[in-house]
Amino acid sequence: MKRLEVDVAVIGGGPAGLAAALAARQEGAAKVLIIERNHELGGILQQCIHHGFGLHRFKAELTGPEYAQRFINLVQETDIAVLLETMVLEVSKERTIYAVNSQEGMLEIQAQAIVLAMGCRERTRGALRIPGRRPAGIFSAGTAQRYVNIDGYVPGKKVVILGSGDIGLIMARRMSLEGAQVQAVVEVLPYAAGLARNVVQCLEDFAIPLHLESTVIEVHGEDRLEAVTIAKVDQNWTPIPGTEQKIECDTLLLSVGLIPENELSSGAGVELDPITNGPKVDDSLMTSIPGIFACGNVLHVHDLVDNVSKEAEKAGAFAAQYALGRLSAPQKRVKVAAGENIRYVVPQEISLDKPVEFFMRVQRPDQDVYLDLGGLRRVKKQFVKPSEMLNITLTPDVLQAFAGETLTVRIVSAKEVGADA
Amino acid sequence: MHKHITCTVCPMSCDVVLELGDNGEILALTGNRCARGKTYATKEHTAPERTLTTTVRIRGGVHPLLPVRTDQPIPKGKLREAMLATAGLTLEAPVQMGQVLVDNFLDLGVKLIASRDLARR
Repeated sequence: MKRLEVDVAVIGGGPAGLAAALAARQEGAAKVLIIERNHELGGILQQCIHHGFGLHRFKAELTGPEYAQRFINLVQETDIAVLLETMVLEVSKERTIYAVNSQEGMLEIQAQAIVLAMGCRERTRGALRIPGRRPAGIFSAGTAQRYVNIDGYVPGKKVVILGSGDIGLIMARRMSLEGAQVQAVVEVLPYAAGLARNVVQCLEDFAIPLHLESTVIEVHGEDRLEAVTIAKVDQNWTPIPGTEQKIECDTLLLSVGLIPENELSSGAGVELDPITNGPKVDDSLMTSIPGIFACGNVLHVHDLVDNVSKEAEKAGAFAAQYALGRLSAPQKRVKVAAGENIRYVVPQEISLDKPVEFFMRVQRPDQDVYLDLGGLRRVKKQFVKPSEMLNITLTPDVLQAFAGETLTVRIVSAKEVGADA
Repeated sequence: MHKHITCTVCPMSCDVVLELGDNGEILALTGNRCARGKTYATKEHTAPERTLTTTVRIRGGVHPLLPVRTDQPIPKGKLREAMLATAGLTLEAPVQMGQVLVDNFLDLGVKLIASRDLARR
């Protein structure tokens, strides 16, 4: 078995891994390695050929491949080592990585620090328990996106899309442009889950009907999908009898959520957050295992790749500091908790001695509210919704004022704030 | 006559209401929270534009398709014609990101450019 020793090993060569590796190298880690299972770097961005990436980062509207290429070019200008077509099989809490590829066979990589950047996977039909037979023609939206944009196959001619998140909307436009007829987008929530911009440019531009408070309750067809039955749902997402509607289609695309891919993390004994499905991290993005860091969609599912890059740069820099013995143990540990109308907050623990960018999502939409961070800072929000991640940075001088053991992040109504004042 | 346009400039997604005259001219514009909303809604009503992103067949590359885009937005009504035009193209690998694949695409004064590097197989 071939053995390698590195300062920082980054697992995953998507946007998070690329940014983390660059930052680790820049921070002074001499030997940085990216391990990627695909035959090229860039991750999921390579199939996201639409534009709208990089508005914050590059002040330009780039396509996914363009955003990836910029980072790939930067990596190629450095001495960062890249192992492609290499599958990581196991990570130990002693930071030993077991990987395999067809050139070198088994590899044992000992790393001073590891950055987990494996991204996420799509939820599948099985997770939704849609009744009916199992004909061909049912795909997750990302799988269909890969077929259309990378492999060159359009998976069907008449399409229904379940889920109005951005991937579902983007695929509605993509399938329409490729000549397929998109019959409907079906969404269980009372509002479109994706950005308004995508509702306009992906649905309205192509006159695609959006069925809100509805879901697919049955699929029809033996060998190939022939139709789906959709129905209105009540507040508990239970189908309402009498509202059924059969829609003819040969393809059903599922855009119903993403799940961080943490098999390797769990295997190493990294503690996961049951809400984010990603590792619990502190303000240096270190997991419960010293020297193992996490960033990007493996940590929590982001809306914007710009935020992924930013978060990954932090994880990479802290990983390098750890590898070089420069990351001191925190003096104090304060838990971060999700309060009223907050579904989760990352990081889950802070030390008050370094700047923290808090990322959080609300549970339900609201407007004219304040985002309150443990009473340290209160920010007015004209509206909040679950599909738009909130982020705010607090500096140590603000954090030092905190005296409690748990910092609770919550949404406060304007009325309550008025009463306080 | 009234027309609703959802502003897409920022996530506020203002519902801009246009009051239109008999010839479609804008008599009044309300509902926008900022000046960019007015500019957007006016443009969206008079001459809506979209950036086209799609793929083009490529020979000898590590993938059979190359992602491409127009370097500027094109009239929304030209999207279908543009898709048919890109369907007729076949390129040869390698290409580099930003490489101009078609100059003056559809005589619209825009370029069709490569979205990434694509190496030879």
